[in-house]
Amino acid sequence: MTAETLTLAASGGTATPAGLDPSSPLAVRGLTVSYGEKPALFSVDATFPAGAMSAIVGPNGAGKSTFLKAALGLIPAVSGEVRIFGAPLAASRDRIAYVPQRASIDWDFPTTVIDVVLMGRYRKLGLLRRVSKAERATALDALARVGMEGFAERQIGQLSGGQQQRVFLARALAQEADLYLLDEPFAGVDAATEKAIIEVLKSLKEQGKSVIAVHHDLSTVAAYFDHVFLVNVRAMGEGPVARAFTPEALAQTYGGRLAATQLAELALTTG
Amino acid sequence: MGAEFVQFSLTPILIGTLAAIACALPGNFLILRRQALIGDAISHVVLPGIVVAFLLTGTVAALPMLLGAGAAALLAVVLIEAIRRVGRIEPGAAMGVVFTALFAGGVLLLEQSDTSRVHLDVEHALMGNLETLIWLRAGEGWASLADPVALAHLPPELPRMAVAAALIAALTVIFWRPLKLSTFDEGFARAIGLPVSAIGLGLVITAAVAAVAAFDAVGSIIVIAMFICPPAAARLMTNSLARQVWLSVGFATLSAVLGYVLAGYGPLWLGYANAVSAAGMIATVSGVILGVACLIGPHRRRVGVAAGA
Repeated sequence: MTAETLTLAASGGTATPAGLDPSSPLAVRGLTVSYGEKPALFSVDATFPAGAMSAIVGPNGAGKSTFLKAALGLIPAVSGEVRIFGAPLAASRDRIAYVPQRASIDWDFPTTVIDVVLMGRYRKLGLLRRVSKAERATALDALARVGMEGFAERQIGQLSGGQQQRVFLARALAQEADLYLLDEPFAGVDAATEKAIIEVLKSLKEQGKSVIAVHHDLSTVAAYFDHVFLVNVRAMGEGPVARAFTPEALAQTYGGRLAATQLAELALTTG
Repeated sequence: MGAEFVQFSLTPILIGTLAAIACALPGNFLILRRQALIGDAISHVVLPGIVVAFLLTGTVAALPMLLGAGAAALLAVVLIEAIRRVGRIEPGAAMGVVFTALFAGGVLLLEQSDTSRVHLDVEHALMGNLETLIWLRAGEGWASLADPVALAHLPPELPRMAVAAALIAALTVIFWRPLKLSTFDEGFARAIGLPVSAIGLGLVITAAVAAVAAFDAVGSIIVIAMFICPPAAARLMTNSLARQVWLSVGFATLSAVLGYVLAGYGPLWLGYANAVSAAGMIATVSGVILGVACLIGPHRRRVGVAAGA
């Protein structure tokens, strides 16, 4: 396990390694992103461990999704370095699977479930190559892994929120990547879907893959994740959940926005 | 249908159909991107560009027209951005101001310049001159299609429009996957390394090529109508993008053929002496098709009302 050292930027701890760790699936140094004049992320350092499930945690508007998008190059960064398994982003596209926020797209788009999952194969398919039986089988297998095998020909607008999220996860599985980046995968989904998704993510981890998810539900962080990265515009701390996900670190990350009772409860769940 | 049809109706119908298809193809992606008005905007900006290009070169050849229209489109984009930033207005309003102002400027320029030698005037800009694109040399009727002398006298708009339509169809097929993915899920498209901004720009440029090529032959009314009506009607009829695009081509063709025939013969059937504007009738037919699709289309569910959500 890398990044054992708990870095609490706010408490003055600046134990950042000299270089970006090449074994880390996602290492970021000095990442600054700005919408207009106000920085959404300011000089953020983070190193995620390989073969683990990591959560990106912070209050609303803290830049969690922005962090993920900037790391993926979806939005421009003012400054900062990003390394995927030690390589620059452009050389690592085939190793990354991405699950965007479900609400970010128009589900009324005229397409079917299997079509969406096949989009995960577009890098391999290129512009004109026909979808082979093997490619189709890969997509159907990905659907089966999220429990949606009966929905291949269904119009995507007819799906429930949880089913939509599973289709997005299936598309990421079809990418056959080493690093899975998920933006709020549990937002607005039913309990059964949440359980199905976490099962899939855990199986990915068992295969040695790395999973990093933006996560908003503090009560499930300890149960789901190994590693946590706390962010509120600045990096507020990172490390194994048992050590970094403390009431003190959360109080610092959330400022006054978490009630003392909530913190006490969390202390119990993480203890 | 004999020699007379080939001489007087075949080429305008073909040109109208090709123009309609060339506009409808990019229109499919524009409406799905909620950018339908870009087609409208482009067809307006084209006018001052074409007029200035004509004033500078003295010809209405395809290349200077295209360059002029392209330059005008570029100017429009810069102006929109400037107005949006300096005036702090929303993009839709900035777009509306710029395109109407540029179009109005084009109308004024056109009025003041001597364009009597060529087919370039305000009426032409709006409605084109489809009815005049006839093939007089086709005296042999259908046999003229195999006569090189007659073929050499085809209205030049026909091969020009055919090339534009073929080019746009080829681009649609080749870039189908990037177009589909970047329209559906821009974030994911970027994440797998697709040049999303370039694809969006390419789509707008393709729409501009369609508008410029079609504008000369059929005028801006058809261009505006064909960017929106056939794809929108097709969207209401199916939930598959491929079927939508094919249907839009079908609706565009139907609009052009039916519109031309109705404009030419409809008033006669009703007992009136004169034909009406073919461009106006083609656009009207496309609007009627959209209206019918709204009423009976199987997929006219309102956006955002997900079944079982």
